[in-house]
Amino acid sequence: MASTSRSERSAGASDPLRPDDHIDATPAPAASTVAQPKLGPLGYLRFFWRQLTSMRTALVLLLMLALAAIPGSLVPQRSSDPNGVLQYQRDNPEAFEVLDALGVFSTFSSPWFSAVYLLLFVSLVGCILPRAKHHLDALRSRPPKTPARLARLVGFTEQTSPADAEAALEEARATLRSAGYRVERYGDSISAERGYLRETGNLVFHTALVGVLLAVGIGGGYGYNGQRVIVQDTAFTNSLAAYDSFSPGRFFTETALEPFSVRLDDFDGRYRLDPATGVYQPTDFTAHLSTRTPGGDWVPAELKVNHPLELGGTKMYLLGNGYAPVVTVRDADGEVAFSGPVAFLPQDNNLRSLGVVKVPDGLDEQLGLLGFFYPEPLPLHDGTYTSLSPYASEASLLTLTAYTGDLGLDAGVSVNAYALDTDGLTQIAGPRAEAAALELVQGESVELPNGLGTVSFDGIKRFVSLDFHHDPTELWVLAFALLILGGLLVSLFVTRRRMWIKVVPHAEGVRLEYAGLARGEDPGLAAAVADIARRHAERLERRMNQ
Amino acid sequence: MTTATLAAYSLLAVYSAAVIYVLAFIAYVIDLARRTSGTVLAQAEPASASARTGGTAVIAPPAPTTASAARPSGRAARIGMALTVLGFVVHVLAIVLRGIANGHAPWANMFEFAVTGTAAIVGIYLVVTFLRDVRFIGSYITGMAALLLMLASMNVYVDVVPLPPPLQSGWLIVHILVAVLGTGLFALGAGFSIAQLLQARRESGASTRARFLAAFPGSEVLENLAYRVNVIGFAFWTFTLIAGAIWAEHAWGRYWGWDTKEVWTFIIWVVYAGYIHARATRGWRGAPSAWLSIVGFATVLFNFTIVNLFFKGWHAYSGL
Repeated sequence: MASTSRSERSAGASDPLRPDDHIDATPAPAASTVAQPKLGPLGYLRFFWRQLTSMRTALVLLLMLALAAIPGSLVPQRSSDPNGVLQYQRDNPEAFEVLDALGVFSTFSSPWFSAVYLLLFVSLVGCILPRAKHHLDALRSRPPKTPARLARLVGFTEQTSPADAEAALEEARATLRSAGYRVERYGDSISAERGYLRETGNLVFHTALVGVLLAVGIGGGYGYNGQRVIVQDTAFTNSLAAYDSFSPGRFFTETALEPFSVRLDDFDGRYRLDPATGVYQPTDFTAHLSTRTPGGDWVPAELKVNHPLELGGTKMYLLGNGYAPVVTVRDADGEVAFSGPVAFLPQDNNLRSLGVVKVPDGLDEQLGLLGFFYPEPLPLHDGTYTSLSPYASEASLLTLTAYTGDLGLDAGVSVNAYALDTDGLTQIAGPRAEAAALELVQGESVELPNGLGTVSFDGIKRFVSLDFHHDPTELWVLAFALLILGGLLVSLFVTRRRMWIKVVPHAEGVRLEYAGLARGEDPGLAAAVADIARRHAERLERRMNQ
Repeated sequence: MTTATLAAYSLLAVYSAAVIYVLAFIAYVIDLARRTSGTVLAQAEPASASARTGGTAVIAPPAPTTASAARPSGRAARIGMALTVLGFVVHVLAIVLRGIANGHAPWANMFEFAVTGTAAIVGIYLVVTFLRDVRFIGSYITGMAALLLMLASMNVYVDVVPLPPPLQSGWLIVHILVAVLGTGLFALGAGFSIAQLLQARRESGASTRARFLAAFPGSEVLENLAYRVNVIGFAFWTFTLIAGAIWAEHAWGRYWGWDTKEVWTFIIWVVYAGYIHARATRGWRGAPSAWLSIVGFATVLFNFTIVNLFFKGWHAYSGL
């Protein structure tokens, strides 16, 4: 392909513009590398720009991007697995120091990863801008002049026809046009070119890549996501203070929060027992919600995994679910110190769940309860329990280990509501205390040791943990992604080719010559020329018979 | 029939398909051996012709003969082909039975994906054979299919279980099916690239050992074949990425979160993007781009095996 014939080179103006080292580009004259003039500052800039926008640089940057992404899969990432990062820090404190300094735990926002992709995109923009301008010009240009000798080109075919030259040319033009070619007559020949869409697709593909990058960046800046646990029969109103955890984008302002409310009315979890293993496999989770937008009434809605619910630009996802036993703690006089449902986090498929009740006020001492909830309890040999199924009933059991001491809630630092730091606390009921752990079924009440008061288990509610997500540019990202796919398909599967039909007057009619020229990958060119020749002959014959 | 019986029959069909592929592999290897002895005779002719001219020192190695397009196919190749088709039919039967036993698309865990993925590799090979004669690569395809099927059914087999709620989505069918097809195309592309590298070595005179290559197409033809297959694979992979992102948005609330599987899917995409650019870059066409095609398929296999089994992430659906 590098050995271009003269006709080809003269016709190069309508070819897509390519970087110098592209395989289809005309090589730069060799002389320029021999006697290089001194480069001024502008010259150096131009030199570096040319280097940056060359195919080779783009290729090396692509391969570097692939390599740079690998660490992001080898160690846990802060963005997707923050607990994994903490775990890594505990397990390998020394390696963690080094890796963290390198930014490996947030690979995809690290300076080196950003540098690679930003350079890649600069290189990309530097490539597509001149190409787009060139292509716009090419779209308005005429197909190139017919080469003098077609016999040297691909798929050269000859045939004769008794038709006259003008008729043959007219039919040649029609044949090529109906095959999607842009045609131009030069003397006794038709020059045709098709496949401009290939370059268009290519440009759309690369431009859409930039579009995705921009849309993702903007969406990340203005979007937010937050998590919240909602217990049955309680409502959540979308405001910053109401979230359990919240991560806003850089340009997020609180006014972006739509003031809607969500209430959990009921939750339905279905499971199927696998007889071979005795394990329950979940088959369906449905949260029955009511939602309300300002000025409206409560509207019932269903939320399932894989089926997010949209409320005024914010999407809601069902992340988790579990049981929330209703626990009431009273002091020795029967005054309520704590009462309400407590979300217990599931520990296995059968919803053996772990939860914490903290009672900082109202009793003689601060009280912490570390509890397990068993929907269908089964006693084990060691005195503990397990759960036989995820379905709760009258028999569902709540066991509580009780601690007294400073719960650390007064220090003003945020504490995990689902964990109890037992260091510095005194166990008053449980395996390491005189009194045994407290065990209750629904409706029961038991005495706390030391005359502290009583604990009762008053009922069972469900809870769900929801993820709220707002991304203003999500649809833009999708649109650009589809443009990427469309542009790719067009640029890969539309073939760009030239075709010529020459009419040479002849004793008993005309001799017709056909030939093609590939512009890029074109394995089917010879067959395409033969097809055009056949269709042209058919048209001519039909014309003669009329 | 009960679910367990159906699943057992399905597994039996998987084993049968693997055995048939092994037989097909043997037939293809015999075909390659036959081609070798046939071309030795063909090569004797130009060698004696150059000897007759005499006098001039021959620096360049004798130009390798390349099989003519109209070479009649040997009986071994035809047997290999027939066995491949038979194996494929049994293989598809295994997938259908598994699907009926499951009650959902049979590619929801690692075992099922392996069975479907190998079927895609063989199926795409059969489709390409229909368009042009690429049976020279049959031993690679059937050998790989048999090996993967055996490894999958012995090491990662899991019983039929209900589809967990996160996988209950139409995107399961689309996203995984397209990924499976892309994998099949990349497998074939890597095969052509390996053949291309071997052939290029022979053409440059660096190696004369692999004589069966004389019956292969020239390295440029192989390169074009690899390119066309990989490019279609790349389009499929792009769609896999987009479909996966849409599904992730529905199931997890974000379309992209650099989960380990997402990272590797991205790496594969970038490697193949690099491959396509390499082929259009002066100095990178030929062997360097062929290596990228092979590295690309290696990352696909890595993503499917090592990442599935040893990396932590949200795509934890190996079922193990």
